[in-house]
Amino acid sequence: MNDNISTSSQAGAESSKTPTIIGQRSDAIFFLVMGGLSGCFILLIVLLIIADVLFTSPNEFMKALIKPEIQAAFRLTILSCTAAAILSLWVATPLGYLLSRYRFPGRWLVDTIVDIPIVLPPLVLGLSLLILFHLKIGEWELEAWLRDRLGFPVTFRWPAVVLAQFSVACAFAVRTMRVTFDQINPRAEDVARTLGCSRGQAFMRIALPQAWRGMIAATTIAWARALGEFGPILVFAGATRMRTEVLSTTVFLELSIGQLDAAVAVSLLMVAMAVVVLVFLRFLGTGLNV
Amino acid sequence: MIQLCDVTVKAGDFSLNGISFHVDSGQYAVLMGQTGRGKTTILEAICGLRKIACGRILVHGCDVTHALPADREIGYVPQDLVLFSTLNVRQHLEFALRLRKKSAREIAERVGELANVLGIEHLLGRNPAGLSGGESQRVALGRALSFRPSVLLLDEPLSALDEVTRYEMHDLLKKIKIKSDVTTLHVTHSVEDAEVLADRRLTLVDGQVNDL
Repeated sequence: MNDNISTSSQAGAESSKTPTIIGQRSDAIFFLVMGGLSGCFILLIVLLIIADVLFTSPNEFMKALIKPEIQAAFRLTILSCTAAAILSLWVATPLGYLLSRYRFPGRWLVDTIVDIPIVLPPLVLGLSLLILFHLKIGEWELEAWLRDRLGFPVTFRWPAVVLAQFSVACAFAVRTMRVTFDQINPRAEDVARTLGCSRGQAFMRIALPQAWRGMIAATTIAWARALGEFGPILVFAGATRMRTEVLSTTVFLELSIGQLDAAVAVSLLMVAMAVVVLVFLRFLGTGLNV
Repeated sequence: MIQLCDVTVKAGDFSLNGISFHVDSGQYAVLMGQTGRGKTTILEAICGLRKIACGRILVHGCDVTHALPADREIGYVPQDLVLFSTLNVRQHLEFALRLRKKSAREIAERVGELANVLGIEHLLGRNPAGLSGGESQRVALGRALSFRPSVLLLDEPLSALDEVTRYEMHDLLKKIKIKSDVTTLHVTHSVEDAEVLADRRLTLVDGQVNDL
């Protein structure tokens, strides 16, 4: 009790004095270094876009966009990216789920194969697709079979654009779906199974409804990846105007004929499309913090 | 009746060897034992979520050793409850009944009955995220009982509850025991839970289940 009294009286005496200032440490350096390094990258991207905007004028931008070839490329880009994204989601959802939930023989190999399109140089991927479709096995050839038997030629036509975009976009979608399912507690599916669900029903009724944000994120990421695809499309689908030309190949074609203004206008259009996709992601609150 | 005959379960480095015990029909058995000794593993083996290396599991005389969890008709309330985040309370109670393709009238009657017994009528439209610990327990219990299982497995259902809610849950579990006559195996650390609820007390010591 006495201790308490003496302590409070000392505190009273000390409070009447000027308080001692304990060494003031600052976090300024921390924020300066972290912010400075991060800012360099942000600045680079912003400067790139500003440079593009300054290079062209609204008139030239519109003049480029009303060209029939560029309008056709815009339409094909929208359609092919959407087709590639939907196909990617169809494959990525089951594959992401299997990789997330099960330990099966060869799982490491499947996991590695999924990553191959991500690390493979784009031109190599295009070349590999071209070789696959034209590899002769005896007298049989995949491209010839598709063209002659099914009436569905692929190489240097729009299906080749979709397939080239899908090959890369799907790998990113699988990664996204795998992370999505990793974040969903598998115990919920276990409990559903004790309630009467088969594994399929547990997947459809419990896992899938929880994964909808991840599915939207995977579709959007696949769409954005497909938009940026160039190398495999150039090799496997070619860059035929009004037929297999997408916006990424438009930039290349316009550059190759010295139309820098049109190339920049199309680039800005692609930037705008990418921004719309990213804003869409953020709007949906996918948790990917893009 | 739950009967385990010489059951061996392996889970990584952990294993339970030669577990044998039975719980008679309608009996409320409480299984006690130290943490990490395999009580949850036993429950998971009974409801089919964990494969057993050897031995047999019988439920009311039927060999369910190799049956899928869905075919065992066992109600299971896991320790972490695992309510379905995309379903509201009513949908939790309806879930197993819809799987069994019950009619809308039967489902409505059963949900009303369960909600009344569990005291969760006012929660039927709520999502799991908005429920308290006690409310979540009741919903998990209702979900497990909805399809009228003959066996109920409870994995430390009262461990995370405050004292008042715990007493309420004691009363509720006693009421369910009388009303449903379901054979129950309840895993707990609490001597008090065992004293209040158990017809029979079992203990897991040195990898063997014995009567206490």
